[in-house]
Amino acid sequence: MYSVLWEPMGDGKRVISLADNQALLWDLQESPTKATVSSTATLEGKGQLKFTSGKWSPHHNCSQLATANDTAIRGWDLRTMSQIYCVENAHGQLVRDLDFNPNRQYYLASCGDDCKVKFWDVRNVQEPVKTLEEHSHWVWSVRYNQSHDQLVLTASSDSRLILSNMVSISSEPFGHMVDDEELSEGEDNPQEEKVKEPLKDSVVSTYEEHEDSVYAAEWSSADPWLFASLSYDGRLVINRVPRALKYRILL
Amino acid sequence: MSYSSGGPDESGRRRKVHGMLKLYYGLDEEGKISEKSQSLDPCDINGPHFDPELYLNKLRRECSLAELMDQETCMVKQIRSLDSDMQTLVYENYNKFISATDTIRKMKNDFKKMEDEMDCLSANMAAITDFSANISGTLQDQHAQITKLSAVHTLLRKLQFLFELPARLNKCLELKAYAQAVSFHRRARCVLQQYSHLPSFKGIQDDCHAIMDMLAQELRQRFRDGGTSAKDLSECVELLLQLDEPAEELCDKFLSHARSRLEADLQGLEAEIRPYPTAVKDDSARRSSAGSPTDSSPKTSSLPSPTPNTDILEFIDRGCNEFVSSLCLVIASYQELFISHAQTGELASKNIPQMANRKLHVFVDDLAAQYFSLVERRIQEEKGVSDNSLLVRALDRFHRRLQAVSKLLPSSTVPNQGTEIVIRAATERVKQYLAALQSFYMDSLTDVRQALAAPRLSVAGGTGSGGGPHLGGGATSRDAPNSLPELLSILSASILNQIKSVLASVHLFTAKDITFSNKPYFKGEFCSQGVRESLVVNFIKFVCQSSRQFCESAGDKGGSTPPALLLLLSRLCLDFETSTISYILTLTDEQFLVQHHSPVTPVTILCTEAREAAQKLLNHYVKVQGLNISQMLRKSVETRDWVNTIEPRNVRAVMKRVVEDATSIDVQVGLLYEEGVRKPHSSDSSKRTFSVYSSSRQPVRYAASYTPSAPMDTNLLSNIHKLFSERIDIFSSVEFNKVSVMTGIIKISLKTFLECVRLRTFGRYGLQQIQVDCHYLQMYLWRFVSDENLVHFLLDEIVGSCAHRCLDPSPMEQSVIEVICERG
Repeated sequence: MYSVLWEPMGDGKRVISLADNQALLWDLQESPTKATVSSTATLEGKGQLKFTSGKWSPHHNCSQLATANDTAIRGWDLRTMSQIYCVENAHGQLVRDLDFNPNRQYYLASCGDDCKVKFWDVRNVQEPVKTLEEHSHWVWSVRYNQSHDQLVLTASSDSRLILSNMVSISSEPFGHMVDDEELSEGEDNPQEEKVKEPLKDSVVSTYEEHEDSVYAAEWSSADPWLFASLSYDGRLVINRVPRALKYRILL
Repeated sequence: MSYSSGGPDESGRRRKVHGMLKLYYGLDEEGKISEKSQSLDPCDINGPHFDPELYLNKLRRECSLAELMDQETCMVKQIRSLDSDMQTLVYENYNKFISATDTIRKMKNDFKKMEDEMDCLSANMAAITDFSANISGTLQDQHAQITKLSAVHTLLRKLQFLFELPARLNKCLELKAYAQAVSFHRRARCVLQQYSHLPSFKGIQDDCHAIMDMLAQELRQRFRDGGTSAKDLSECVELLLQLDEPAEELCDKFLSHARSRLEADLQGLEAEIRPYPTAVKDDSARRSSAGSPTDSSPKTSSLPSPTPNTDILEFIDRGCNEFVSSLCLVIASYQELFISHAQTGELASKNIPQMANRKLHVFVDDLAAQYFSLVERRIQEEKGVSDNSLLVRALDRFHRRLQAVSKLLPSSTVPNQGTEIVIRAATERVKQYLAALQSFYMDSLTDVRQALAAPRLSVAGGTGSGGGPHLGGGATSRDAPNSLPELLSILSASILNQIKSVLASVHLFTAKDITFSNKPYFKGEFCSQGVRESLVVNFIKFVCQSSRQFCESAGDKGGSTPPALLLLLSRLCLDFETSTISYILTLTDEQFLVQHHSPVTPVTILCTEAREAAQKLLNHYVKVQGLNISQMLRKSVETRDWVNTIEPRNVRAVMKRVVEDATSIDVQVGLLYEEGVRKPHSSDSSKRTFSVYSSSRQPVRYAASYTPSAPMDTNLLSNIHKLFSERIDIFSSVEFNKVSVMTGIIKISLKTFLECVRLRTFGRYGLQQIQVDCHYLQMYLWRFVSDENLVHFLLDEIVGSCAHRCLDPSPMEQSVIEVICERG
């Protein structure tokens, strides 16, 4: 058993578990005491394949799941339990974590042992939309801010936590260079990249309070400007988004 | 006293004479000069301001009696000699005067005689004039009659000529002496025109017209047939012009005729381009369709295109000899006929020269365009870069021959177009050379790759397939030394040679004896923009670019490039940065005398680019090698059941592999990079550090870690340790030396080990196995890194983390560990 994922939206009647090379979709509604497996998906291929990470997409009526095994990222349709896309060699090494953009349905962030954070448009799996190479060791966790999806948090075993401001691929563009509609529809990715924003994609700040590898980072569900990170030595650090940036985003 | 009165008198007279003589001979200026010195002294007897009183007083005051006496005799002597001189002068002058008087008297007598003779002559002349007037008066009548007679005679002869004209013309026609016929007709034409109201003349005129029409018909026929030579043709045209044929029509005809012949030449040339209609047809067709001037598809010219059966020099030669020379001939004869000829004659008034000139320009431009397109097509076929001199010579000849056209037609655009073609060909050639250089570079990289693959078999075979550690290390040190540095030197030398040879061939374009080399383009832009920028600079950029691509493409695909190649390229780029780039650029600048009118890429930018590429390659090398080792470590940690393992008896084979690989990498890097600085350590480093290392891991501490307070204790310890040690950047930039590279690789590997250990759960013997492994690594890895404490720290962390993850943390005795490790 690697991980258990709750249905991100809806009434929380469904759970997915990832174990070795199987993804099981459990239904909790059928009987009050016992969960029943409603469907399964199996990872097939050469050698022993194992799921290392997974994420349930909040979009498309919660019918999609993204999983990572070794260097590949796969998308699954939960209705048929079949593979819908596959990013082979998404990272040079193991993929550690995935996260869906909460506002743009086709956008996915991934991180891995090659020290990179990549942003994907799952409709075009040949090339990442954007790549960040700020960390100097494995990146263990990547998280979109739930309400301002340009803010991306990454935790790495180089004992750093990095907050990045990915304006160019966010759902709320700065300035008035691009139509909101066009962006929200998510078309013309290359064009979006070229658009000059007043605020450029940048690392907002690097948090070096941890003395050991940082394994997890998470945004607060209550306050969109608050986030926490946890490291190997048991230290939990809570930080805020810098005030200046907060105002820039809000105003 | 008598002297004193005589002295001043004498001297006064003499001075007067002297002054008069001076006046006479115009010696004023000299006198002035002498006056200056003399005027001051009144006692100078020869001076103009001589004062006898003063002089006398002075003498009397200063001299003794004897001296006075001497002075007196001297003076008397001087006076005497002066007197005699004067007498002689007067005498001589008197003699001359007498002889002059005699001469004048004699001349007077002679003139009187001559006057008489002149009078006699004038009387005779008057008599002759009278006689002459008489004679002319008597001859007057006869002379008038003779003049009249002769006028009548000429008129009669003219009439006779007119009457005979038709017959003569016919005869001329029969004999095909057209020129004579036309000249006869011209002579008679005006007269016939004038007297055409007389019936007899009218008849003659009609006859003549009929004949001349026939003649014109004949000439036109000849003109139309076109089989005749250019000279005949021009003769024809000349005659027709004289016959008042419309010049415009003639121009057209002449030009169209010339066109047909020139086009035949062009067709001959075109046939040369496609020599094998069957075999090469589709090929050449494809090329001709793709070979439009805009098409610059970068066809790699490494494989020589199927060359037509004539080389380009021959082709251009033929073009020049046939087309250009006959074109020149046509232009020359045309100009002579219609322009220069017409300017003098009556045709000039009808704007004929302008019209003819216009037509000629259109004609020449049209044909030249066809010719140029052919030449350009042919030049484009010249893809092989092997022999540039041929092309340059061909272009030179092409350009030179067009100069003839420009001499004939100064206002024509043809030579400029020709120059443009040459320029295009030259730039195209430069592009081809760039492509050739690039493909050469890629080829040599492939060669290096193959060469690396061959010796690597033994290197990798010794170390990679898990042989004994000592044997593997030995194999590496034996095989590798004569491969990597040699390959590097071969590679860089061959690149340099290639660049030099390319520069030499490109240099032909600017050679002194080539006509187009003194065009401003070839002097300035070609050198700076063409050669320096688009050839040399682009090539260097390409090298850096392609090197960088190795990093990027391999990054995702997991190392398709052999690491040794990365290392080699990194060193190559570094060498480029330090010396090669500036050398090449200096060489270029010197060879081409580049004057930087336009901004050019400075050396420093290229150097930084090369350095960045080198850095990136080396970083990538470290990553790839680190990844290889860490992959091994990760697999070894992940695949083992650490809870239920047996008591460690020896070091795991993986650790031996790691040390072996590190050794071989160390050797590999050492071949190309210098040692680099490391923090000083004692000669017995492994022993001593080992004891330090083990002291922090006393069994007592592990025993203490059972107790509830123990985790706090170790945590505190490691935290304190971390406070004092610098933060470790795992994938950081490395410096260009061996130690830095090795440190990077080992850091990556050990960090991976650490992270993997943290993900597992260990049993008692699992922990002990890790202890043994770490100790083994400790024994061997310290020597590779710049700061051995780094290795200690990471290994401490590994064992510490492992102890954390252990269900039953009872560490092994240090001595036992040592024994196991020493045993191998």
